Amino acid sequence: MIRFDAVSKTYPRSARAALTDVSLEVAKGEFVFLVGASGSGKSTLIRMVLREEQPSKGEIHVLGQRLRSIPSRKVPYFRRNLGVVFQDFRLLRSKTVYENVAFTLQVLGKSRGFISEAVPDVLKVVGLAGKSSRLPHELSGGEQQRVAIARAVVNKPPILLADEPTGNLDPATSAGIMALLARINESGTTVVMATHDSSIVDAMQKRVVELDAGRVMRDELVGSYTTTSPVPVVDEPTSLGAAR
Amino acid sequence: MRVALVLQEVWTGLRRNLSMAVAVVLVTFISLTFVGAAVLLQMQITQMKGFWYDRAQVAVYFCNDIDQTETCSQAAATPEQIQAVEDALAGPAVAQYVDGVEFEDRDAAYARFMEQFGGTTTAEFATADTMNEALWVSPVTPADADVVAEATAGLPGVLEVRDQRALLEPIFSVLNTASLAAVGIAVLMLVAAVLLIATTIRLSAFSRRRELGIMRLVGASNRFIQTPFILEGVVAALVGSLLAAGAIVALVQGVLQGYVAQTLRTVAVVSLDDALLVAPGLVAFGVLFAGLAAAVAIRRYLKV
Repeated sequence: MIRFDAVSKTYPRSARAALTDVSLEVAKGEFVFLVGASGSGKSTLIRMVLREEQPSKGEIHVLGQRLRSIPSRKVPYFRRNLGVVFQDFRLLRSKTVYENVAFTLQVLGKSRGFISEAVPDVLKVVGLAGKSSRLPHELSGGEQQRVAIARAVVNKPPILLADEPTGNLDPATSAGIMALLARINESGTTVVMATHDSSIVDAMQKRVVELDAGRVMRDELVGSYTTTSPVPVVDEPTSLGAAR
Repeated sequence: MRVALVLQEVWTGLRRNLSMAVAVVLVTFISLTFVGAAVLLQMQITQMKGFWYDRAQVAVYFCNDIDQTETCSQAAATPEQIQAVEDALAGPAVAQYVDGVEFEDRDAAYARFMEQFGGTTTAEFATADTMNEALWVSPVTPADADVVAEATAGLPGVLEVRDQRALLEPIFSVLNTASLAAVGIAVLMLVAAVLLIATTIRLSAFSRRRELGIMRLVGASNRFIQTPFILEGVVAALVGSLLAAGAIVALVQGVLQGYVAQTLRTVAVVSLDDALLVAPGLVAFGVLFAGLAAAVAIRRYLKV
């Protein structure tokens, strides 16, 4: 589904690398947490999966496509396979819940009939069936995030990327959102979620990839927010030095 | 569905930047009116040239007793000399360029002179004796006048050969200058229109950056994102060019046909048909121009 091969990324006006030699593979149907402090490279990694950034070195494959070889005018079509959720929801303030979700499908040129079926369906899935004619500012933060998730999955993308989706929410609301993401994951969607909310990661017992200063420090299939095994699972780059 | 969505975006965009849209409309309106005026002026010049050059003749004036120029030296042209000029015009090299030759004697010239200048101070001193005999030569085409002039000038007894076209040249050069000035103003205004459209798109893209971000997020194609912006410019320019087309038609119908043609009956002015021919051209030009300007501006200000 997603594969990083020795990916490094340095931003033009920054001396420090955002990512250094990251290799990572996410299989179909997995639920992966990206954890790490702010600035550890979580968001950069997600942006690279979206092909908003290109790696300075290394290759990224998503859904069988080599991202470097997608011409920029084809990028929009590639992105239709990815659902994305952000900390700040990114809803259109002047449009209702229904219109916000329908917007994705309208942009993709889906028929009116398809939209009028798919949107209520997905709103039911996220638990907003009765609120389709509300405007975003009339909703709570948790509800707004549910709208954003509905918008991200209405097109049934194989991959859902979530960048700190619970960052603005209280613990109880966050738990609700996580239950929703888990349900979406169970229906077969691969979920990659960046977070630094330790209680969520500990509660979910899913795969955890920890980044620190742009390097993968830890990759555990059933992990928690803090290290549980004394020895990191990832290959240490020091082996290069030994070979020499 | 998507067409409706795009049109809705265009409408929202125009409403949001109403003042800029109005500015684009006005600037395209004025610039295209000048473009149209320049085109009509050129048409007017062509029409007048056709009208006058067809009637323009070459006058070969003969000496009379009082002419003191070198060629004449106060001796009137003899009938033989006049005949020689007529023969020259009828000669094999020149005849094919000559449509007709008419001899005007002193009395006829006097009558025509009095008709033109009767009642003025000049006319009080004029008598038939002061007039010149002349041959009025009609060339086959206006361009053949040069051949006629060359064949007759300098022959004995000829005072002067005057091509009437030369008298019309100043009028045409004035009109030509006016149309060039109109083109100059039009070009300046068009530059302003382009910059305005670019600025409008820049503002519009800025005020819509949130929507644009979300559109990109959900995988809207570049064309889908860009089309509303281009259409915004095109719609504003379309309104402006329609106004310009209307102004041109109204100008021709009201001022030229309604006033000038009635006052100066001898002058052929451009007709409503000409204006109706220019008007759709203006609209097409305006729309195409705005579309191009918008497309270029989008490449600069709407990085997708």
